[in-house]
Amino acid sequence: MSGRVYPIPGGLHPAEHKIESSAAPILTAPLSERYVVPLRQHIGQPARVLVHAGDTVLKGQMIGTPDGRISAAVHAPTSGRVVAVEPRPVPHPSGLPDLCVVIESDGQDAAVEMRPIAWRDMPPGELHKRLSRMGLAGQGGAVFPSHVKLAPGATPIETLILNGAECEPWITCDDRLMRERAEAVMLGAEIMRHTLGAKRILVGIEDNKPEAAQAMAAACTPYQAEVVVVPTRYPSGGAKQLTQLLTGLETPSGKLSPDIGIQVFNVATAYALQRAVELGEPMLSRVVTITGHVREPRNIEARLGTPIEELIRLAGGELDHATGQIVGGPMMGFDLQDTASPLIKSVNCIITKSDALFPPHPLPMPCIRCGQCALACPAQLQPFELYWHAKSKNFDRARAYKLFDCIECGCCSHVCPSHIPLVDYYRFAKSEIAAADRAKQAAEIARERHEFQMFRQEREKQEKAERLGKKASERLETGAVAADDPEAARKKAILEAAIERAKQAKENVQPKNTENLAAEQLRQIDEIEARRQAAEDRQDAERQA
Amino acid sequence: MIGSPFILKEHNTVLFTMIKVMAALIPGTLAYAWFFGPGIWISLIWCGLLGIGFEALALLIRGRPMKPALSDGSVLLTAWLLALSVPTLAPWWLYLTGMFFAVVVAKHLYGGLGQNLFNPAMVGYCVLIVSFPVYMTQWAAPVTLATYVPNLADAFNLVFIGGNITPDAYTSATVLDTVKTVVRGGHTVTDALVQPIHGLIAGKGMELVAVMYLFGGIFLIVNRLVTWHIPVAFLAGIALTAGALQMLDPTHNAGPLFHLLAGGSMLGAFFIATDPVTACTTPRGKLIFAGAAGFLTVIIRTFGGYPDGVAFSILIMNCAAPFIDAYTQPRVFGHAQGGKAAK
Amino acid sequence: MISAVVVMAAIGLVLGAVLGWAELYFKVAGDPLADKINDVLPQTQCGQCGFAGCRPYAEAMAKGEADINRCPPGGEAGIQKLADLLGVEPKPFGEGVAPKPKSVAVIDENTCIGCTLCIQACPVDAIVGASKQLHVIVADLCTGCELCIAPCPVDCIHMEVVHETVNNWKWRYPVIPIQQERQTA
Repeated sequence: MSGRVYPIPGGLHPAEHKIESSAAPILTAPLSERYVVPLRQHIGQPARVLVHAGDTVLKGQMIGTPDGRISAAVHAPTSGRVVAVEPRPVPHPSGLPDLCVVIESDGQDAAVEMRPIAWRDMPPGELHKRLSRMGLAGQGGAVFPSHVKLAPGATPIETLILNGAECEPWITCDDRLMRERAEAVMLGAEIMRHTLGAKRILVGIEDNKPEAAQAMAAACTPYQAEVVVVPTRYPSGGAKQLTQLLTGLETPSGKLSPDIGIQVFNVATAYALQRAVELGEPMLSRVVTITGHVREPRNIEARLGTPIEELIRLAGGELDHATGQIVGGPMMGFDLQDTASPLIKSVNCIITKSDALFPPHPLPMPCIRCGQCALACPAQLQPFELYWHAKSKNFDRARAYKLFDCIECGCCSHVCPSHIPLVDYYRFAKSEIAAADRAKQAAEIARERHEFQMFRQEREKQEKAERLGKKASERLETGAVAADDPEAARKKAILEAAIERAKQAKENVQPKNTENLAAEQLRQIDEIEARRQAAEDRQDAERQA
Repeated sequence: MIGSPFILKEHNTVLFTMIKVMAALIPGTLAYAWFFGPGIWISLIWCGLLGIGFEALALLIRGRPMKPALSDGSVLLTAWLLALSVPTLAPWWLYLTGMFFAVVVAKHLYGGLGQNLFNPAMVGYCVLIVSFPVYMTQWAAPVTLATYVPNLADAFNLVFIGGNITPDAYTSATVLDTVKTVVRGGHTVTDALVQPIHGLIAGKGMELVAVMYLFGGIFLIVNRLVTWHIPVAFLAGIALTAGALQMLDPTHNAGPLFHLLAGGSMLGAFFIATDPVTACTTPRGKLIFAGAAGFLTVIIRTFGGYPDGVAFSILIMNCAAPFIDAYTQPRVFGHAQGGKAAK
Repeated sequence: MISAVVVMAAIGLVLGAVLGWAELYFKVAGDPLADKINDVLPQTQCGQCGFAGCRPYAEAMAKGEADINRCPPGGEAGIQKLADLLGVEPKPFGEGVAPKPKSVAVIDENTCIGCTLCIQACPVDAIVGASKQLHVIVADLCTGCELCIAPCPVDCIHMEVVHETVNNWKWRYPVIPIQQERQTA
């Protein structure tokens, strides 16, 4: 059942801590009283909200519509009443609140009508369109909207890779899902293969999950699919790393695997897709590992929007001396700022910390350039050089040393004998560079618009002068004004032109300066226009009253 | 606030790294004490105390926190390496001068641990050999050749108080020195190699100490504290250059084996050239850096004014290390060789 | 003697010809330095520097007629970049000139009388509206130059600081608790 495994550079093998949560079967969370559903649960543009406070919604009803090309829909997890649409705490490293729809459950769990999609008879383009309203987003961590990845691209896809590596310590949600629902996962993968027109499916699973590998191998039989067991070595589950492990191909820098004819999906995404197609159910729930310093670590299938504190309660609650939570795995996750934050599409694991399991970070020492980080780096970077330049805010040099090829896997920080938080420096440098690029772009747009304005003003001035001159000479020719009084003719012409101008200004009720705008800005303007109209109506009404 | 990863490798600190390197020095040091008497223990302890003292002083003046810097063990390694590079039984102020230049000048004036351009122990050594060449060539004689072998108490007296015993009774020139003097005197290298200081292959006693350093170095490579690149390239640089010179002029030049086991070759290959702070860090850079250092070592030994060239060649290559690194950056994942994005 | 003079004169002629040719051949249209400076400026077009926009200020700096510390929207970082580009020492902002947090203008929709004065004042056409109709500012295009505030006859425009959101949030520079260690040491 196992195909060839190709070598990959770097990586490491930290203590796994998988058995804590992998023993118990997946628990289905009971209905919550209240769900907080953020509109930004994926990479790209957040969904645009469709409901207002006071609306009633049904389970599966779309409450946020995809906005732009890279965006995903958001659906109501149960039936009930929308009590608020406001910023609430969300699982995000910033700890900043983000726009959420708060739904109070009515206990009925009444759903909108869900119809299966007859995918076998559907042309791939059509299926892709239907899926774009299902809210699917990659559940491995990057949360890229799935329908975008299923759209036909420039390069034909040869191989579909199903990512069941789950290389981060502590996390077992994919493991349990593959063990318990292998057939549904494989059916989802087959639908993906069909949509992409790929020739084969490779399922990559680390060798520390033999039960999952066995179950998946059995479920592979009806399809052009094969399970490849890869050695347990973090970060084998990175998309580029797994691609290389299974095919030997290196994804070029700045490109994605589809550019070399490979598409990678997480097993949980395949499962969600299967539900979307076979049951017609949009993405409403996911399996999440609740582990660490809790009474009964386990996997829970919960609806998106369930408060995380409730999930921790379902895992028996925190033990004494807990010191907060990690969202995601211990290598790439982040600190949860508020346990009232909801479960969202990207959250695969919540680890409750304690000082014993996660000792406080030791004091960093100076870098001694020992090179351990370079040996561990799966991207074959020189992390100590990047650290040097990021620390001194020498961003151009950091970029020249390929900062943006860093996948932030954390291997370098893990092995650093000086305990330097290397990845923190890279994240800082990357976001500073991105912000500088954004500012540069904004300045560029502002410059262009300013130059265009100056050009327009100049043009208008010229046109006006031409019109003026033409009118004046016309008058002179028709002899309406005495030819022997040029001064009077000039004055008359000016007056005439002023009247003309006023007339034209009256006609110009439509704004004229909205040319050359992006769709996003035009939309914003439309919204503003609508608001303006409403305000004017209100003013009119007030005046009349 | 420090973010992910939230788990760090266990038993992985700078101190632990330094301790492992020092552990690798133990066999060589024991062999040294066995062949050259217990004087090494005096210089070792004295250098260690001086190192801690100077480190604390430098930190105090720089207003830096004491505890983390003193507990990283790096200054003890520097002291150990200097003690092994300077003759034992020399007067106490010689070590003091050496350690001052190693710790205060070479390390802290450049910004402390991790910031220094030059290997501190080698800077200390070079200052001493340039300033006090006489003391620096009076090495403790192998116990089998010495007319007087001081015990521990005698050694302490010799270092700190001085004595009325003439140094000729307990010191001798090294084998590299002997070769240089004899060949300069118009004789052949074979004449030098029959002197009593010459053992089987190189210096009597010293050749076995060098073998012990080699064992310690293999321990470092097995434990992944250093990669194979620098030691192999350094020793290959020495062997190839020595071999070439011997082929050109066999009467005046000793062979590769002699050069590999004489002087500081082994210590330099595994413990000094491999100092990650001052060496190259890219795989290709390491090969160039160490190969060139090995080449320079033999050139200095053969044509230079000083008997050994390990310290000078490593310091010269230290200067070039950042430059070499910049031009030997390894291929990054997803890029074609040479840094452009792969197709 | 004569031959020396002739040779020197010939060399002078040849070199002069080469220089003249190079002058023509490598001639660059426009002022590349002003372009480079303009690229560094934030393009707010606010006129706080005393010039009628970023481009005129850049040209003045290129000619050496203006100081580099007159652009508050560029901030200290902007001064640093200008200093690097022009090879001069960075200078602090002068009296009464200080960078402010990035803001955008907002029109109070209930007070606006639709006079179009702000539309004419906006250097980047970021205000939408027409005569006798409410004007509204497109936040994404607003550079925060404040030029629209003064012309408004009913004082209905105010500046709002752009707050940090999940969208524009940046990772912080890692803070290492070295102070703590110093106390315990």
